[in-house]
Amino acid sequence: MSTKDNFLKGFVKENPIFVFLLGMCPALAVTATVETALGMGILVVFVLTSSNIVVSLVRKFIPNDVRTPSYIVIIATFVTIVRMMTERYAPDLYIALGVFIPLIVVNCLILGRAEAFASKNTVFDSMIDGLGMSLGFTMALVIIGVFRELLATGEILYGVYLPFFVESEIAIFDLDWLIPLSGASVNDYMLPMFSLAPGAFIALGIILAVIQRRKVVGDEKKEAARQAMIEEKKRLALERKKAAAKKKAGEAA
Amino acid sequence: MSFTVFATAIVSAMLINNVILMQFLGVCPFLGVSKRTSSAIGMSAAVLFVMVVASAVTYTIYDLILFPYDIPYISTIAFILVIASLVQLVEMVIKKYSAPLYKALGIYLPLITTNCAILGVSEGNIASIWTETMPYGEGLFLAVSTAIGTGLGFGLVIFAFSSIRERLDAANVPKSWQGVPISLLVAGIMSLAFLGLQGVI
Repeated sequence: MSTKDNFLKGFVKENPIFVFLLGMCPALAVTATVETALGMGILVVFVLTSSNIVVSLVRKFIPNDVRTPSYIVIIATFVTIVRMMTERYAPDLYIALGVFIPLIVVNCLILGRAEAFASKNTVFDSMIDGLGMSLGFTMALVIIGVFRELLATGEILYGVYLPFFVESEIAIFDLDWLIPLSGASVNDYMLPMFSLAPGAFIALGIILAVIQRRKVVGDEKKEAARQAMIEEKKRLALERKKAAAKKKAGEAA
Repeated sequence: MSFTVFATAIVSAMLINNVILMQFLGVCPFLGVSKRTSSAIGMSAAVLFVMVVASAVTYTIYDLILFPYDIPYISTIAFILVIASLVQLVEMVIKKYSAPLYKALGIYLPLITTNCAILGVSEGNIASIWTETMPYGEGLFLAVSTAIGTGLGFGLVIFAFSSIRERLDAANVPKSWQGVPISLLVAGIMSLAFLGLQGVI
């Protein structure tokens, strides 16, 4: 597998959330706003990339029997580091994510990559794999976050939890331009349920159904093409038979 | 240590802040082992058992070791190691002393180490119950009550969900919604029902 494929596979083909359903707890819990989703994604990028590098470095020294506990300790160490960094540099994000920062330790995605990839591959490949997978994870989180925040509030804010690049909170996208057109407040049409717990389940359900729909349509097309090919073959066989029969009849005459 | 405190902690953890539907902990087993009612019951019994033991042990470790020796920042590493070894220990003890219980819970126990509900409750206890001035006994009592309530809430929801899923098997679901999407939708509707209990206490 080339380095490029190794990096890109986490985005679509092997997306951790949308395809493998790994790390569902953060996917539901921290996606009420785009910013918390992005914050969680950044933490996972750091933890997964570093833990993949370290696991790959020590893969030849760790006895097979104590493999999993050793990986868990490595991951927990990096989680503790990001926990302290977040508390220091983004205290609002630290409060918003709460118990889900220490819970990165038991995120199946990270232990899964350590077991399935980093314990068998070179340091560089493991690093690329970790980067790709965690960025794919971040992308999925942000997609769910955009969906939920837009439906719940009609705007996407930046700067509430992540204090980087901006002085105060700004709206990246909003629907205020609709007010003069409709004469009503946008808030009248929003669904605050999507920022609460039920909205998380329903939003993820809808997104997964859309993805599955694409697969179903693709399968149906493939099936239709296969059927058409079978029909075509049958027709050709029949024609050949007819031609043979005609030839025979001609010979007989 | 009154009965009122115990009952409040149980109701609050079980119904109002339900572990799966409100806090999103333990969603993986919720979707994974809820295809049959029997496996749902086995899993939730194992979770309840390990959760109570793990809460008591992690609270004790934090209050009597990590905090007095000024190393509370190591709690995540300590807790996950304690939980992992505890699950192994519980498995061995059950295997030795109670064959029927081992038969019922055995296959679910190894899965529990990576169940985020266990670590989540242990960390949550420290965040919400533990304070410097709280006497050890009282805090431990509250932590264990919360763990019992959380485990019962996990069992309640996973049992109800598995019953719904058994009915769903016979239903005519559109192809694109089959499997996980429809399960998540069902969970969302259940979560809406639980949202109605918010503010009872």
